[in-house]
Amino acid sequence: MLICSGFAATASAAQPIVIGSKNFTENYILAEAAAQLLEHNGIEVERRLGLNGTKISFQALVSDAIDLYPEYSGTISEVILGDPSLSDWQDIEAALAERGLMLLAPLGFDNTYAIAVTGEVAREHDLQAISDLNGLPGLRVAFPHEFLNRPDGWPGLQSLYRLPQRVSGIEHGLIYEAMENGQVDVTAVYSTDGEISRAGLVVLQDNLGFFPEYRAAFFARQDLSQEVLAVLTVLGGRIDNERMQELNLAALGSASIAEVASTFLVAEGLIDNAAVEPSFLPQLWRNTQRHLKLTLIALMLAICVGVGIAVLVHRHRAATNTFLYIAGLLQTVPSIALLALLIPFVGVGQKPAIIALFLYSLLPIARNTVTAMRTIPAAYRQVAAAMGMTRLQELRHVLIPLAMPHMLSGIRTAAIISIGTATLAAFIGAGGLGDPIVTGLALNDSSLILRGAIPAACLAIFAEMMFGAIERWLVAPHMRMGHRNG
Amino acid sequence: MPELAIASDQLAAEFRSVSLRRGDILALDDVTLSLPLGQTTAVLGASGSGKSTLVQLIIGLLRPDRGTVRTLGEPIDFENPRPMRRRIGYAIQDVSLFPHLDIRSNILLPATLCGWSDAAQRERLDELLHLMHLTVDVLERYPHELSGGQQQRAGLCRAMMLRPELLLLDEPFSGLDTMTRKSIHEQFLEMQQTSPVSTVLVTHDPQEALNLSQGLVVMKDGCVQQYGAVAEVILNPANDYVRRLSTALAALPVSNG
Repeated sequence: MLICSGFAATASAAQPIVIGSKNFTENYILAEAAAQLLEHNGIEVERRLGLNGTKISFQALVSDAIDLYPEYSGTISEVILGDPSLSDWQDIEAALAERGLMLLAPLGFDNTYAIAVTGEVAREHDLQAISDLNGLPGLRVAFPHEFLNRPDGWPGLQSLYRLPQRVSGIEHGLIYEAMENGQVDVTAVYSTDGEISRAGLVVLQDNLGFFPEYRAAFFARQDLSQEVLAVLTVLGGRIDNERMQELNLAALGSASIAEVASTFLVAEGLIDNAAVEPSFLPQLWRNTQRHLKLTLIALMLAICVGVGIAVLVHRHRAATNTFLYIAGLLQTVPSIALLALLIPFVGVGQKPAIIALFLYSLLPIARNTVTAMRTIPAAYRQVAAAMGMTRLQELRHVLIPLAMPHMLSGIRTAAIISIGTATLAAFIGAGGLGDPIVTGLALNDSSLILRGAIPAACLAIFAEMMFGAIERWLVAPHMRMGHRNG
Repeated sequence: MPELAIASDQLAAEFRSVSLRRGDILALDDVTLSLPLGQTTAVLGASGSGKSTLVQLIIGLLRPDRGTVRTLGEPIDFENPRPMRRRIGYAIQDVSLFPHLDIRSNILLPATLCGWSDAAQRERLDELLHLMHLTVDVLERYPHELSGGQQQRAGLCRAMMLRPELLLLDEPFSGLDTMTRKSIHEQFLEMQQTSPVSTVLVTHDPQEALNLSQGLVVMKDGCVQQYGAVAEVILNPANDYVRRLSTALAALPVSNG
């Protein structure tokens, strides 16, 4: 502890340590515990919690967007290194070292995937091991999306155990609710999930030894500062499976992630008193600010590019159609997929979020502007030309003002879409009002979801009103959209 | 042809063997024509006769396929037609006023673009309002809030704003009812008395041509049927088409002189 405090002064001057987490309870708790411990030692911390899955988290780590996040040995060997034969901790460390990466001290528990069935189904069919599922093709099986596709997930499991069931995908946060409601009979859980006992699920024995070890540790680049390393090493071996289940279960109750983490740290004597959680309003304000920042930057870019391109191409039918086609194509890429596609190029965080929002805003703005300009009666252009206007004067005095009502309505649509889509940006660590939504989804906490969803909806309504005011300011009453309809 | 004797710097426009195809239609077919300054010349014809094409060629909005057009004594510089266009006032039917600008901004726009001082703009605006019998209260209104007659007067004001050497009017009065048209005709003639400006007036209305102009070009299917002083065309029609027109004209009472 003394060593750590000694570094505090230098650390605060440097960049904050960015801590990431994946979007499920346990990962949140571990990341939050690390964050609080670092803060307690005077190291400035930035949280990028709730990243959407291993690929995004790993990309974030290697692209410097985050400095560390909690990861599991099995996931590293199977998904990241792509070599399932690497089961030994030392072998994994050696393979990571070649890539400039490292694992900190193992935290002490093994959160392997496990196959769980509802208590009722287990009793009915006397299920004890995974191979007992063999003769029961009628069971309803649903897995988290990541488990469905990773080699150490369903594909491998199915071929080893020759399982006959058809499976569907489900959001991880919804698994237990679906099981408790009897909508799903079989699923994959993490063996440290707090809900297993609460929901009365039975974990089936991995009798053919399919699942590798998933020992948890913080995953970082080798350039991690020594002081951070020293502080976090203290956590090594402090959390066994039982402890982790307790912490996960505690987070299911009324306690927030931050409370669970600080209670644990206090109990371990690692910090003096429970951290004061940032209260609701400042956090709301911070999220809203970030949300507005993402949306506004993207919108401004989209206005400049969209209107600019519209002005350039609107005289040429082929160019106009090509441009609208491309912009329309971009619009059809699902937002979460677009965000993920951008990560290899621009990392995670605000940059890909802004780029994605920009691309989504482009179409409504450009299409409305082009359409408006193309439908301006030719007579106005004739009069403008006959008046001796230059191209620029024609734009400024005739085309833009006449196109303005449509243009504004395109910008308004783009703004509303952006405010909605920006909530997804939290999946790639961009923050904003999506943060509580993503966390709430991961923790299955509706009140947390509403804490993001309601402000986002208010923001959208506020944007509507703002644009109404802008239209009243810029456009004469008889020129406004829908004027003819009254 | 007596008009060819006029020196070219005295000409509003000069067409030499001009042909122009618009889509499938030969809008102008080998037209040779000289329109003098110092008078109002009506271009009379049915729709599709090529009369609007004629004025759009004069101001360089269209480019001839063959032949040459000279405007105000000079060949049109299509690379930079703006200096020539600023010497010409142009008004068309219905939509000539910009709907997003109030009447004041509409009328002043040509002067604003040329960077006139506020004082000069205000002075010219007063002159024009007086000339066109428009009251100050229309200035703050938008085009759609004006009657058809007021709109056309405002359109004329704008066309006259820069004190043009030549006025091109493309059916400016045809959307108006008879009474309004009559009164605006009177104002046009009054304007030609107090501050005369050479005008080319496109119309399909023989009476309008007769009332307002001294010269007359009769057009049909992209060809000039006859060109001359109004009286001469009426008295000596060149062919059957013109004869039928002039018979109709002779039956009309000539209002104003």
